Amino acid sequence: MNTKTETKKAHNPFVRIVKRERLPFRVRIWFYVIAIFFGLLVTSTLVILSSSKDKNYMDFFAAMFSGAFGSERRFWIFVQDFSLLLGVSIALLPVFKMRFWNLGGNGQILIGAMVATIVMFYWGGKMPDPVLWILMFILASNAAAVWAVIPAIFRVFFKTNESLFTLMLNYIAMVLVKFLISFWYPTGSGAMKTIEVGGLPSLGEGKMGIALMCFTVVTIITVAVIIHLVYSKRGYEIAVIGESEKTAKYIGINVKWRTILTAFMSGAICGVVGVLLSGLINHTVSTTMDANMGFTGIMVDWLSRFDPSAIAPVAFLITLLNKGIGQVNTEFGFASQATNSVITGLIYFFVISVTFYTRYKVRFRSDIEEKMKKVTTPITNFFKRIFSRKKKEEVK
Amino acid sequence: MDYIPLLFGTIEVAVIFLFGCVGEIFYEKSGHLNLGIPGIVCVGGAGGVFGTFLMMNLNPDMPGFVVLLVAMLMSVVFSCALGGIYSFLTITFRCNQNVTGLALSIFGNGFTSFVLNQFILPRENASTLLSIAGQKIFCASLPFAKDLGFFGQVFLNHGFLVYFGLVVAILSSILLFRTKIGLNLRAVGEDPATADAVGIPVIKYKYIFNFLGAAIAGFAGTAYIMNYMNGIIGASVSADLEAFGWLSVALVIFTLWRPHLSILGSLIFGFLYIAPSYASVLFPGVTFTFYGKELLNLIPYVVTIVVLIITSIVGKKNVQAPAALGKPYFREDR
Amino acid sequence: MPEREVSLELVSITKRFGQVVANNKVSMKLYKGEILSLLGENGSGKTTLMNMISGIYFPDEGHIKIDGQEVVIRSPLDAFKHKIGMIHQHFKLIDVFTAAQNIILGNKGEKYQIKKINEKVREIASRYGFDIDPKKKVFDMSVSEKQTVEIIKALYRGANILILDEPTAVLTPQETEKLFSVIRKMKADGKSIIIITHKLNEVLAISDRVAILRKGEYIGDVETKNADIPLLTEMMVGEKVELNIHREEPKKTKERLRVTHLSIKDINGIQKIKDVSFSAYSGEILGIAGIAGAGQKELLEAIAGLQHYEKGSVIYIDPKTEKEENLKEKNPRQIREMGVRLSFVPEDRLGMGLVGNMNLVDNVLLRSYEKGRSPFLDKHNPKELTNKIVEELQIATESVNVPVRTLSGGNVQKVLVGREIAASPKLLMTAYPVRGLDINSSYLIYDLLNKQKEKGTAVIFVGEDLDVLIALCDRIMVLSSGECTGIVDARSIKKEELGMLMVKSNDDLKNTAPHVLVDGLLNQNNEETEAGYEY
Repeated sequence: MNTKTETKKAHNPFVRIVKRERLPFRVRIWFYVIAIFFGLLVTSTLVILSSSKDKNYMDFFAAMFSGAFGSERRFWIFVQDFSLLLGVSIALLPVFKMRFWNLGGNGQILIGAMVATIVMFYWGGKMPDPVLWILMFILASNAAAVWAVIPAIFRVFFKTNESLFTLMLNYIAMVLVKFLISFWYPTGSGAMKTIEVGGLPSLGEGKMGIALMCFTVVTIITVAVIIHLVYSKRGYEIAVIGESEKTAKYIGINVKWRTILTAFMSGAICGVVGVLLSGLINHTVSTTMDANMGFTGIMVDWLSRFDPSAIAPVAFLITLLNKGIGQVNTEFGFASQATNSVITGLIYFFVISVTFYTRYKVRFRSDIEEKMKKVTTPITNFFKRIFSRKKKEEVK
Repeated sequence: MDYIPLLFGTIEVAVIFLFGCVGEIFYEKSGHLNLGIPGIVCVGGAGGVFGTFLMMNLNPDMPGFVVLLVAMLMSVVFSCALGGIYSFLTITFRCNQNVTGLALSIFGNGFTSFVLNQFILPRENASTLLSIAGQKIFCASLPFAKDLGFFGQVFLNHGFLVYFGLVVAILSSILLFRTKIGLNLRAVGEDPATADAVGIPVIKYKYIFNFLGAAIAGFAGTAYIMNYMNGIIGASVSADLEAFGWLSVALVIFTLWRPHLSILGSLIFGFLYIAPSYASVLFPGVTFTFYGKELLNLIPYVVTIVVLIITSIVGKKNVQAPAALGKPYFREDR
Repeated sequence: MPEREVSLELVSITKRFGQVVANNKVSMKLYKGEILSLLGENGSGKTTLMNMISGIYFPDEGHIKIDGQEVVIRSPLDAFKHKIGMIHQHFKLIDVFTAAQNIILGNKGEKYQIKKINEKVREIASRYGFDIDPKKKVFDMSVSEKQTVEIIKALYRGANILILDEPTAVLTPQETEKLFSVIRKMKADGKSIIIITHKLNEVLAISDRVAILRKGEYIGDVETKNADIPLLTEMMVGEKVELNIHREEPKKTKERLRVTHLSIKDINGIQKIKDVSFSAYSGEILGIAGIAGAGQKELLEAIAGLQHYEKGSVIYIDPKTEKEENLKEKNPRQIREMGVRLSFVPEDRLGMGLVGNMNLVDNVLLRSYEKGRSPFLDKHNPKELTNKIVEELQIATESVNVPVRTLSGGNVQKVLVGREIAASPKLLMTAYPVRGLDINSSYLIYDLLNKQKEKGTAVIFVGEDLDVLIALCDRIMVLSSGECTGIVDARSIKKEELGMLMVKSNDDLKNTAPHVLVDGLLNQNNEETEAGYEY
């Protein structure tokens, strides 16, 4: 009967999207690597075509690596920037795990940098340096923490949208920084001079010393946060709240308090990154100091699917990418930083696209899948045989 | 005191906000929080400049309406191309809207800076042609406007894009609130499952209005460069465009997702944006410190936060964001 | 008598969900211009059957006929086309829209002229006697008004067959009367109406005919004028099934929980529990019977500290100290800190009782993670405990490290029950603990509950299967529309009597001969008090 075949078709559509089981990170990272590879392929072609210099693909990929590893100086800058990005990513991780969307990382970094600069400006040279450093860290991290806690309080008590709130606070932070600079230098160009005194200590000479200091501070924080999230009781509560707020309440977890405290921690760590930026690296403050790490950190966390063990590798990969793109920019003769953003954006598009395949499977109508299996099964069997042969050889 | 430049400038800036805001309203009404609007505003501007340059380069005496048309067309092409990436990733691939939007803004900023500063400006006569187009075509207003006193100088002296923006905002309001399509779209943004159940093609609506939003937001960029800046492209053009984009996102909240309120809201934001430069006009006799003026820039953001807080405390449903904002749509398996 | 026209006919409809057969070869007729009540217990398959008529599900076997023609209904839109309108228990309305906007949403072939639409809505409303302001926004509406919008939505599209799923569950008596007069007017207009309901007195008041489903099968129908409550109850619950559940006599019972004059309103302001008082004793299983939505969920959640209540008190009597602890306004954590050993197995297993994405150990951890002074989690002991639970309850799982949601329904429940019991509670509350479980798992759970009873725990068992309640429990409290209509001895109560208490209201009971309620069970000398009641 016609109706019967009609209805069969209706319940067996041509293509369907099915949710996948959560893929383990070691599988997912391959997807990302492939995506980045294709992204680089496309962008390298574009770059080569539009460059004024005569370069080829090898030059492109060489530049990508030499951006981070090409010279000793570049290497240490890589370590420094990797540490800073890791710091921001780890700061945002706990609140994201609770589904609190803190888009205000940039602003929190700036507030931390600003407060640290204020401390250096007014008290630099007037008290022993170690005291100054302690003061910097305490004041800056608390100030940045407040920047995150205010939206948290409103979300907890009034269900105010924290994404938009924290975004607006980013801009307010920028204005405050500009205000500070013009307050100190009313006739200036809007940029601040570096402060000679009160800078944080480094662990060695020059760039290396600075990088090692950043690395040490961030590693300590990262380890602490990961231990907190994975092994502590409060970290467990954070996980439960993020997975199922209903269950959290059923067990008696104080969701409101935990959210506010976690937001505090998130802001505070961003503030520490700000202290490193102004107190250690630049000895000044500017509105672009955050280098958009608040947003890049979101990307890192999201690509890691909020898995603490994946944050460091992903942050590493992204910093590598950024440094490489910057190097390509210089070597291929582009005058401005604009191409950085273009290439970065393009690669992000590729990586975002690939997450579709890590989360969903595309299923075709059963008869089409049958036909497809005829082609794909021999191929997968072939690979399986190769790999199992390898294993047999190892056993021998 | 001569308030005319202040008021005139307010309207010029307001229309930039208006385009961005109405564009994002269409996105959010279809359930998408597009943090990539700053990027779309950027590339829309790039498109407008590109189109202008194309025509002016062909023939410096090209009739004004042709230049305008091509400029606006190219603006739409560029902004819809970028918007298309966002739509594909968030609608079909159901990717996270925030992350996709942020990537879009990063890309859009860089791309625009590249196209404008590296690709167009270095060309021969580019800046001259563009500023001619800006002053003669985009800023061309009714010839008798200047002679009509205060009203004429403030309200009738604007270029085409300003009035176009006003019309777009009014038409958008009518579309959203007085037509069936608008009702369907609002249903999609509030409760896509219910909309689907009554036969509204949810995915189709999302795509169409995403593109419409992109096209409208793109005009903001064109309006900034060609109208407000008279076709002069500064070194920091993409950063400026991006800032307008972010303020437009804020403006959407401030105007409670209603295009007719956006007209009022964008005038307020326009005024606040331009006020620091006219502080001496507004407060004669008060000497403003250089840094004091900086604080005036806080006002739009603080005001938006206040609106955000008040609407969530009041909790009344008809001033909230569309209920399904930010959520990807899956049809439940039957 | 002239041949009655058949409006809708179901021919041998079967629907399966995995192993469960929700409807088994159901054949039924609906005549034109009649009001048919569809009666059945929870799980009898009524909603599934109606969902197939309204296009939400598709039958595995059998077909549907409308006006004598076979039709295929694949989606709600097809149902609209065939002039079928279903009003669900959970409304599908857009809060920020007006009534009129919701009514015409998606309606093809009509211009969006609000004035005309408002007029049409008012016209339909007045034709049937509805009270509705087309311009009112849904979020401003009462539940009864929202229901009206849903009904007009169907009528606006020209529905001739209307299906109402438990329409009076959310209405006050006055609103119910109003709804009935509307339904009568719709019938007079030639519409055919199916009402899914449990309330027997309403069935007798409004319908022309009653059709009964039981456990997925169509039992039969009866003209309302030939039916009465005992007959309907008997058809609904059927013969008593001998279950062979072991039941010990409760020993040395002491009062453990005292609930007095409890009244609970839900978030929408609807009274869910009205002036309920009862006690639970150690070493006894107290069953709670009632139709879904009679207030069981709110009652248990209130005792567990998850639900706010305005009136009444919940007192826990500590077995060791005999001290009385008032549990009012305390959340679960505070209750635990007071030393009250209360365990709660909620109805919503994966949504509330467990975290689906976490593995078994992390879920078992939920109850015990606070132990110890160290800020760090102790995972060693919970892992051992989890292994123990898996072994004792025969949970089928590859390992304790898989996400709990990958387990089958029965095993998920075993994890939940196992965890709650492992906390050695003195008061254990379970809501529908064997729903969806296979026979073996169910008996395992009964066994666990009996063991708890032997240990002296006070067990509260909310269930839907009357046979199980009668076989397992010592006493049964019956909730009907939020009121306690009786606390009876499970050993002597008859199934139909229980069924009737479930569908009556206290007002009904007051109007009949006085009955004796059994409250408190055995005295210390193990002598049974005479239990019995009349109605």
